[in-house]
Amino acid sequence: MVQEDKLLDARGLNCPLPILRTKKALGEMNAGQVLKIVATDPGAVKDFEAFSKQTKNPLLDQAEAGGEFVFFIQKA
Amino acid sequence: MDEKKLAIVATKGTLDWGYPPFILASTAAALGYSVEIFFTFYGLQLLKKDLGHLRVSPLGNPAMPMPVPMPTLMMVLPGMEGMATSMMKSKMKAKGVASLEELRELCVEAEVRMIACQMTVDLFEFDTADFIDGIELGGAAAFFEFAGESDITLFI
Repeated sequence: MVQEDKLLDARGLNCPLPILRTKKALGEMNAGQVLKIVATDPGAVKDFEAFSKQTKNPLLDQAEAGGEFVFFIQKA
Repeated sequence: MDEKKLAIVATKGTLDWGYPPFILASTAAALGYSVEIFFTFYGLQLLKKDLGHLRVSPLGNPAMPMPVPMPTLMMVLPGMEGMATSMMKSKMKAKGVASLEELRELCVEAEVRMIACQMTVDLFEFDTADFIDGIELGGAAAFFEFAGESDITLFI
């Protein structure tokens, strides 16, 4: 499993807040650092893939467990 | 890489229709787009400092989900609009949907450019002092200056 430098709790938040909070969190990080996001919005799965592709911040890993979605995004 | 651009015309001033412009603008900004929203006609309501006056009406809106089926004639009764509005607000809160004020604030933070249509501001006698800070006034030509070089243009 990837080791994160920062954790963003986006549980209970709905579109587009998880993405907007992620963008903000990445802005406060250094290149190469990894942000772990925990979300409960099922739409987040497609959204984080799209966010990663368009912003060129690699989505290193993602997982789902017990209704929670976890994403690891590395700041480009 | 050239920056992508999104131009939006926001024409609606109800609680439900206030969402699409601010959701799309804030998300596009997060994706790296440069964004401009042109507010005209009832969309100008979305620029007021206090958005507490925005409402949603079940009248003339047969697609609106209701807790129990209701004949259209009932929708004109006093209090129906207020009830629909508070129901939608509490549902949004319960589902973790951001408030319009929050989404708009995120747009402002992300430097989304907001332009109020001068003609409709004058037509409806809006006081621009009631608008949030940073709003520019402009006309159709000002919109096309940005829209003409945009990758995406939406009329909402």
